[in-house]
Amino acid sequence: MAKHHVTTTINGEPVEFLCETQQTLLDVLRDELGLTGSKEGCASGDCGACSVTVDGRLVCSCLVLGVEAEGQSIETIEGMADGEKLHPLQQRFLEEAALQCGICTPGVLIAAKSLLEKNPDPTETEVRYWLAGNLCRCTGYDKIISSVLDVAADMKSA
Amino acid sequence: MNTIQFEKPGTVDEAVALLANGDANTRVLAGGTDLLVQLRAGMVTPSLIIDIKGIDEMRTVTEENGGFRIGGAVSGAELNENDAVKSAWPGVVEAFDLIGSTQIQGRCTLAGNLCNASPAADSVPAMIAAGMTCKIVGPNGTREAPVESIAISPGKTSLTKGEMIVSFFLPGQNANGGDAYLRFIPRTEMDIAVVGVGINLTLDDNGVCTAARVVLGAVAPTALVVADAANALIGTKVDDAAMEKLAAAASAACNPIDDKRGTIEFRTKVAGVIARRTAAIALDRARSN
Ligand SMILES: Cc1cc2nc3c(=O)[nH]c(=O)nc-3n(C[C@H](O)[C@H](O)[C@H](O)COP(=O)(O)OP(=O)(O)OC[C@H]3O[C@@H](n4cnc5c(N)ncnc54)[C@H](O)[C@@H]3O)c2cc1C
Ligand code: FES
Ligand code: FES
Repeated sequence: MAKHHVTTTINGEPVEFLCETQQTLLDVLRDELGLTGSKEGCASGDCGACSVTVDGRLVCSCLVLGVEAEGQSIETIEGMADGEKLHPLQQRFLEEAALQCGICTPGVLIAAKSLLEKNPDPTETEVRYWLAGNLCRCTGYDKIISSVLDVAADMKSA
Repeated sequence: MNTIQFEKPGTVDEAVALLANGDANTRVLAGGTDLLVQLRAGMVTPSLIIDIKGIDEMRTVTEENGGFRIGGAVSGAELNENDAVKSAWPGVVEAFDLIGSTQIQGRCTLAGNLCNASPAADSVPAMIAAGMTCKIVGPNGTREAPVESIAISPGKTSLTKGEMIVSFFLPGQNANGGDAYLRFIPRTEMDIAVVGVGINLTLDDNGVCTAARVVLGAVAPTALVVADAANALIGTKVDDAAMEKLAAAASAACNPIDDKRGTIEFRTKVAGVIARRTAAIALDRARSN
C-alpha cells in the first residue's frame, strides 16, 4: 500500500507528511519531520518522555499512530518558547535546576503546561498525580514539582 | 514488516462492513493504549487497523431513560469532565480514571479496557456492579449484552466476527444508591491491580440494604460477580457483622494467580479487605444520595 499522506497542524503551522500505518506519531515527529525534542524513553506509554498534546489533550506520542494526526492540531516542545523567549515553565526549570540529563524534560514541560492550562492553581498533590506518567531518573522529582508550583504562584500574582 | 492497511470510517455501518470483510488480523483501534503496545511488542500483526474515533455516536455521552449512553470511544479524560455521570456514578468514573497516567487518560476507552480482556482491567468490575450493558453492532444487526458477558478468558471476548461495541448503557442510579471502586496496587499510581472491587448498593428509607452487586477483578481469569458477597449485605444495615461476612465471601470467591505483585494467599486476603473498604464508601454515598 502507498504511504499515507497526512495533513495536520504542528505548533500552529500547517504540515504535510508521508508515513506507514505502523509509524507512531513520535516516529514521524522525530524521523520524518526532524522535531527531535520529543524523546523516546520506553515506547510503551510508561515514561511520558514523548508527551505532546493532540487537539489540546495530553497524550504519549509513542501510543498514537502518525496517520491519526490527520486534521488534528499538535503541540510539541518545539512550540513552547515564543522565539527566543522561553515559556515561564522553561525559565523556572533552568533557574531552579529542575533538570539534569534533560531526557524527561520536554515531556515534563508539555505535561506541566497542559496541567496549568486546565488547573492554574494546583495543589502539590495534584501536580504529583498529573505528572505521575512522567518518569525522571535524575532529579528525584522535588525540584520539578516545586518549579511547577512556583510558576503557578507567579501566574496568580501576575 | 508487512504493510498494515488503515481505515477511519465515519459511520458504524462502514466500520462493521470493514470488520466483517477483514481477515482474522483485523483490529479495531480506539485509544490504542493496549493495541499499540502489543503492536510494538510484536504480539499482534494486524492486516487492517480500523480507527473508530471518526464515528460521532461513539464519541458522545447522552442522557437516556434516566441514565446515560456512553460512546465506546469516549476517553477517560472526557468522561471525567462529565459532571452528570460523575455525580450519579462516582465509582464507575473513578475506576475508569485509575487507568494509567494523565497521558493514558487522554486516549483510553471503556470499550478498549473491556475488549482487551485483561483480568485486571480496572473499569470492568465497576461497570458490572453498576449493571451496565453494551450495544454491540455486527453484520447480523444490533444486540444489547451485559458487560459481564464480554470477557470470557484473558485476552478473549465473546464478540463474533465483524462485531464491535458501539456504546454502553449506564442505568440511572437508584435513590439511596451508591457505588465505589477500589483497587490494591503495590505503588500509588501507574500499576496493575492485584485486586479490584466494584460495589453498587441501594438502601431503603430505614438504611437497610435492599440490593447489592459485588464484583471482583484481578483474582480470577475474568471479573467475578460474587452473589454470596452481595447477599451478605442485603437485608442488613451494612453493619460490622455484614462487612465481616462480605469480606469472607469475597475472599472465598478468589481464584487468583501467584506473581511478583502478589501471592495467592495475599490476593485472597486483600480481596476481603478491599471489599470492606469499597462497601464503606458505597454505603456513605448511598446514605447521602
Ligand atoms: C502505561 C499504561 C498504563 C496502563 N494502566 C492501566 C491500569 O491502571 N488499569 C487498566 O485497567 N489498564 C491499564 N492500561 C491498559 C489500557 O490503557 C486500558 O486497557 C485501556 O482502557 C484500553 O483502551 P484503548 O481505547 O486504549 O484500547 P485499544 O488499545 O484501542 O484497544 C484494546 C483492544 O480492544 C479492542 N477494541 C477497542 N475498542 C473496541 C470496540 N469498540 N469494539 C470492539 N473491540 C474494541 C481493540 O481491537 C484491542 O484489541 C495501561 C496501559 C498503559 C500503556
Ligand atoms: S516513549 Fe512514550 S511513554 Fe515512554
Ligand atoms: S533529568 Fe534526567 S531523566 Fe529527568
